[in-house]
Amino acid sequence: MKGNEVVGEAAARAGCNMFCGYPITPSSETLEYVSARFPELGRQFVQAESELAAINMVFGAAAAGFRVMTASSGPGFDLKQEGISYIASCDLPCVIVDVCRYGSGLGAISPGQNDYLQATKGGGHGDYKVLVYAPNSVQEIADLMVLANDKADEYRMPVLILSDGALGQMMEPVTLPEFGPDDQVKNKPWALRGRGPDGERNQITTALYVDPDFANKLRKKYAEIEAKETRAESYLTDDAEVVLVSYGISSRIAKEAVNRAREKGIKLGLFRPISLWPFPKKELGEATANAKAVLSVEMSSLGQMVEDVALHLKGRLPIYLELSDMNVPQVANILKKVDGILNGSEQEVY
Amino acid sequence: MAVTRVKPKLIGENNQYCSGCGHGILNRLVAEVLEELGRADDAILVTAVGCACMMNELWQGDNMQAAHGRAPASATAIKRLRPENIVFTYQGDGDLSSIGIAEILHATARNEKFTTIFANNGVFGMTGGQMAPTTLVGQKTTTTHFGRDPQFTGMPVKIVELLATLKPAYLARGSVDSIKNINTTKKYIRNAFEAQIDSEGFSLVEVLLPCPTNWHLTPEQALERVGSTVEAYYPLGEVVKRGE
Ligand SMILES: Cc1ncc(C[n+]2csc(CCOP(=O)(O)OP(=O)(O)O)c2C)c(N)n1
Ligand code: SF4
Repeated sequence: MKGNEVVGEAAARAGCNMFCGYPITPSSETLEYVSARFPELGRQFVQAESELAAINMVFGAAAAGFRVMTASSGPGFDLKQEGISYIASCDLPCVIVDVCRYGSGLGAISPGQNDYLQATKGGGHGDYKVLVYAPNSVQEIADLMVLANDKADEYRMPVLILSDGALGQMMEPVTLPEFGPDDQVKNKPWALRGRGPDGERNQITTALYVDPDFANKLRKKYAEIEAKETRAESYLTDDAEVVLVSYGISSRIAKEAVNRAREKGIKLGLFRPISLWPFPKKELGEATANAKAVLSVEMSSLGQMVEDVALHLKGRLPIYLELSDMNVPQVANILKKVDGILNGSEQEVY
Repeated sequence: MAVTRVKPKLIGENNQYCSGCGHGILNRLVAEVLEELGRADDAILVTAVGCACMMNELWQGDNMQAAHGRAPASATAIKRLRPENIVFTYQGDGDLSSIGIAEILHATARNEKFTTIFANNGVFGMTGGQMAPTTLVGQKTTTTHFGRDPQFTGMPVKIVELLATLKPAYLARGSVDSIKNINTTKKYIRNAFEAQIDSEGFSLVEVLLPCPTNWHLTPEQALERVGSTVEAYYPLGEVVKRGE
């Protein structure tokens, strides 16, 4: 199945009750797929008039306690940011998929990895965080969609899947999750359902209006997530002199580069963050314990994740950057850069 | 026997509106209708951003605070997922006719089965009385110091007439400047909720309200202005009747 279609199917199986979205390439296949699939399963689907409306529909559905999601890309993802901030401020769960495209402004419809900062540092206003997962295969999209729905409910917060145009359009075999329950609403006593005969009302609003201790609770909640919810994969890093750091589609090419380098006797390894927030900093430290340098491999023009890599390595190692702009990275270019690092001709960025 | 003041249970203590504000009257009318229909316990309110925010405190039923202008989008989702509940938005004119005009237009176009109470006081109340799309020609506001000039700002937007082209289930415009108009407005609100209860489609009641603070008038003068000037531009009545 196509990555974007798996987004919709896996969400349905994870008990998602509603999808609201607006067309945008390269994410529209999800909208098209669920427009038929959700009604077939008795779930709700709305093609919204804009991404603004879509995310505010998500907000309403989440306030009513239902599992709900949206998907978008580029400028559409921008328009959702105010809504995401509102949803986070009300401690509501939802799942958002950003099928990242390249460029700012209208940009291009080709894949990109240039929404990392927007995704992980909070694209909307105020102090809030969203959990961000970065799959690197169609199978992992399916797996992370289920995890995202569960974590959203567990922590009552928005969870973002940062996909990209390549993963979204890619066809791969996939084992879909089993159908789970779709009535999680019954476990949410805080949800809007009418105050009922006992007259006890539920109110969905920014926590700061109703909880004098909300700031401490916010810090505690995010600290707990940072401690418990990091995910990452290390590949041949134990003895690696240079460790590539790469997520999503780029990490697959990076892995291939590691294999080629190893054939030539070059000690190259790969560290792949799966959770982008919280960033797996402890795991990064372990994976680079014996390294001499780190190379961040990203499909963008300025490099974004590299800032987190630098932040968490705290100056311990020189950091280099391989940027592939609007195309997926090339194994040959990565290996050339690694050669340059090892022979001292490359310039470090941090 | 002395007549004691009976307050709907949906209305809590200590509203924070300015004295003479029309929101107080309108909040109460909505509460009375829902209680009379026996639907206070399952009603879900989606509040707008504006002086309507103060309903979050005041309203004693379930409610959520929507983003500015987007209440119809949030209400769309709630009503679709909870068709058995009464779902309604309560929105000011800055919220509904300016930033949120796309959301109200498309909720109407889709004929979503919820109700909107549209509180039109002709200004952005909460932010200090700036011009709204509904501000009357010649009206002075903090962004139209010499009076609204249609050369630069166009004509005041008539929401009910605009939405009527989309043929929703029910559309009416009422006012609160007299006992007679208050009673008629209450009937309109009842009609709107009954249209929802019978799954007829989208219903909206626009209500002309005074904002004495930003009109720089006394409460009495402000009510008088609604009757004499505002109603002259915004005709009262049912624009789309149920079953039409
Ligand atoms: C996106 C956004 N823009 C602007 C504001 C600021 N704001 C708050 S209330 C308001 C105007 C509300 O006016 P209206 O809807 O007429 O309601 P009233 O206060 O008159 O009842 C504005 C512009 C906001 N909260 N969010
Ligand atoms: S500013 Fe106007 S609308 Fe707001 S509470 Fe005061 S009188 Fe009412």
